[in-house]
Amino acid sequence: MPTRSRRWSISSDRRVPRTLHPIAWWVWALGLATAASRTTNPILLILILAVLAFVVANRRGEAPWARAFKYYLFVALAVVAVRVVFRIVFGGDIDARDMHVLFSLPHIPLPSWAAGVQLGGPVTLEGTLSALYDGLRLGCLLCCVGAANTLANPKRALRILPGALYELGAAIVIALNIAPQLVESVQRVRRARKLRGGSGNGFHALRSIAIPVLEDALDRSLNLAASMDSRGYGRIAGTPDRDRRITGALMISGMGGLCIGTYGLLNGSSQESLGLPALLAGSVLCALGLALGGRRVRRKQYRPDPWKLPEWSVVATGVIPAAVFLAGTGYAVASLNPSTSPLSWPTLPVIPALAILVASLAGFAAPPPLRPAQPAAVRGRAQSDQETAEAGRISPRTEVPA
Amino acid sequence: MIELQQVTVTYTDALAPALREVNLRIEEGELALVVGRTGVGKSTLLRVINGLVPHFTGGTLAGRVLIEGRETRAQPPRELADVVGFVGQDPLAGFVTDTVEEELAYTMEQLAVPVDVMRKRVEETLDLLGIADLRNRALHELSGGQQQRVAIGAVLTAHPRILVLDEPTSALDPTAAEEVLAAITRLVHDLAVTVVLAEHRLERVAQYADRVIEVRTNGTVVSGLPAEMFATTRVAPPVVELGRMFGWTPLPLSVRDARRRIGPVRDQLGGRTVPPLRRTSTRAEGPVALKARNLVVRYGAVVAVRGVDLDLAGGEVTAVMGRNGSGKSSLFWALQGSGPRQSGTVDVDGADPKVLSAAQGRRVVGLVPQTPADLLYRETVAQECAQADSESGVTPHQVTRALLDRLAPGVPDDVHPRDLSEGQRLALVLAIQLVAAPRVILLDEPTRGLDYTGKRALVGILDSLAAEGRVVAISTHDVEFVAAAADRVIVMADGDVVAGGSTVDVVGASPAFAPQVAKILSPLTYLTIDQVKTAVGVAGR
Repeated sequence: MPTRSRRWSISSDRRVPRTLHPIAWWVWALGLATAASRTTNPILLILILAVLAFVVANRRGEAPWARAFKYYLFVALAVVAVRVVFRIVFGGDIDARDMHVLFSLPHIPLPSWAAGVQLGGPVTLEGTLSALYDGLRLGCLLCCVGAANTLANPKRALRILPGALYELGAAIVIALNIAPQLVESVQRVRRARKLRGGSGNGFHALRSIAIPVLEDALDRSLNLAASMDSRGYGRIAGTPDRDRRITGALMISGMGGLCIGTYGLLNGSSQESLGLPALLAGSVLCALGLALGGRRVRRKQYRPDPWKLPEWSVVATGVIPAAVFLAGTGYAVASLNPSTSPLSWPTLPVIPALAILVASLAGFAAPPPLRPAQPAAVRGRAQSDQETAEAGRISPRTEVPA
Repeated sequence: MIELQQVTVTYTDALAPALREVNLRIEEGELALVVGRTGVGKSTLLRVINGLVPHFTGGTLAGRVLIEGRETRAQPPRELADVVGFVGQDPLAGFVTDTVEEELAYTMEQLAVPVDVMRKRVEETLDLLGIADLRNRALHELSGGQQQRVAIGAVLTAHPRILVLDEPTSALDPTAAEEVLAAITRLVHDLAVTVVLAEHRLERVAQYADRVIEVRTNGTVVSGLPAEMFATTRVAPPVVELGRMFGWTPLPLSVRDARRRIGPVRDQLGGRTVPPLRRTSTRAEGPVALKARNLVVRYGAVVAVRGVDLDLAGGEVTAVMGRNGSGKSSLFWALQGSGPRQSGTVDVDGADPKVLSAAQGRRVVGLVPQTPADLLYRETVAQECAQADSESGVTPHQVTRALLDRLAPGVPDDVHPRDLSEGQRLALVLAIQLVAAPRVILLDEPTRGLDYTGKRALVGILDSLAAEGRVVAISTHDVEFVAAAADRVIVMADGDVVAGGSTVDVVGASPAFAPQVAKILSPLTYLTIDQVKTAVGVAGR
């Protein structure tokens, strides 16, 4: 039966909608970020942006954070613009004899103590382009993180923190929940301030708003703490101090190792011997710390996100570009960083480009996102009709072929 | 089972113990109702049961508290989470997660309940409390009654044997309160959960209680069967007062009990003219002082007030009633001029408070908001009063203080405003607003947290304000208070005024809003105990 075969087709939106494991999205996005950090080729960078945008458009949910990707794009644009403008204003190339001068800003001589800084001077095509590429890379990294935040519910991502970091995750989640309440509290008190004839401006008004808001926040926190305490939060109490100290030491040294290792790996110019060993040592220390810290945790997670085939596929599509860019074999490595001095047209290396395109398959490999049921009052008639139609289309799937 | 032996609780820096030598036994499957004046230690008693006192609040606890055989001295609240479920006064403040389903699972996650059991219990609890259709909703979008039910559900999923509820229906409109109480009684009857609850609105819960525990002002505690206890308690619902007045034994606790006894009294009162609800003759009934036409308030796409016309006369107390979220607060803020108002006009003696500055506006219309504490920011009552004097530019000084003494005598000067009782804090804010001598005074939900004595005092205050010829309007859910305080009632629903008229006409006829006396004496149009008292007194003479 034709409908049955379509069930397995990778482009099908008829699979049961569910949220993908947040870790899978983060690995995917960080894979692309790794690739982006190794190149300044504008064609490849724009390709990465296109892949990000495609997957986000295809697989984001309808929650507030899922609408954030465009803001990351705006910030990325701003990063590019700032990078280029700074280069033009401060990086005027003095020895621009062999270069293509676009125009010249008046050179402002600076006193001797500011020796390394140029202000104004001739602006070259070479300098501007290299700033543009650099800014683009930075913006691209930013968008990778943005895509991960857009695709994975940040709160769910925090919930899968290992047991030893549970308290940290809980604190962040509560802070995220409290922030809107604090805004509401400020608005309410400001409005109330008018009832006493205050204008809402000036130092006096600040005090008259800050104090009730802080008192309110303190009340809320105490209420919340009492509620969490009476609902069993922190039942792990009783861990000996010694264990806690060892966990802390392991975690901090492990994190240090991770940072050094990541820097070594991603910064192509550093020694080969630094990156991988430090990363491995850091990972081992962190894992030990987490295992020790999580040993006494008795807690279960409600409806844990499953890790199944789609998760593995999404992870794979993210790891492939990272591996190709890190390996640097099978294509001209120089094409990843096109020269701007002397000027050259960026080329399109085939294998890295294909590797990036592989990442776009995540848009098909991930199941369609969960659309939360809307309150009946909001839901339009058209939409419920559409749902009925969809339900009708899904039903043949369950038929048994004769 | 809950057992308290010789329990004395003293908070740090307190002069006297909050609870004194309490001996108490609450059997399994009982619904125990904790009653008492505001601030006597009802909350302390509830918190002793799950160990929040003293583990969380500090202070010293002498004696023994045994909960299902476990002593709270050795076990902090988190270790008791599987036996005692505790729901505080403000459910929203106690929510840890942000959606209904996750909130229901939270306690079980902490208790490490197996994953498949968790899933099953969440579904059962959703059905048990009738909130299955809310499962994916954000908690802060829910109505008050829904939030309360979710908060109860969130502790129920751990299958505690004991449920402790601090004022579960105080902030709710009558219909939402019914929903919550129905859920609670179902737990007691079907699941044999022991429920201990404190409540000011006794008229709502007295009939469901198996045991009444009265906390007295000196911190001692007496408990017993409801009908016996209510014969002497300091606070009592109207139905009990009616029973006391006629000397019925056992005392009636529900409208149904009372109706079965009232027959002879009703026949006797039948031929008489109903005494006036309020001493309106003492009032300087004035002409229309506040005239609002076609008021519209909207927040984005949400219309909070849709084209309301309103005439309020001087010398009258008007009550605005309606569900939570029906537009009462928005209407008040729009009338005051500080809140948004998209179209329409407000006219108070020829002035529109919206176009005046904030300082001038409050001389025309004064508003006491739902959380009066928002207005207070000084360290002592005396400083607040001085601040209000200088803000309003009144001379000589001490005017606010004099007003406060009239509204609530005996509020000490050097106390921090947050340490005042609810009633005293309300009086302080009201005094601050009255210094500006506004013609119109609006009070948004003033009865929150007030006990019967506090409400009676508030009725007196409102009466005297009206007697000065002011326009007084209150928004409230409390039908008993409305019956005692208001001359006119307006009912709002979904931003519209759906009913308006004299208190007897509007409140007496409504099934949801009728006070207990009206339900008992129907079809006679008595609304308050005082009316009955007057009528019977006349008959006696």
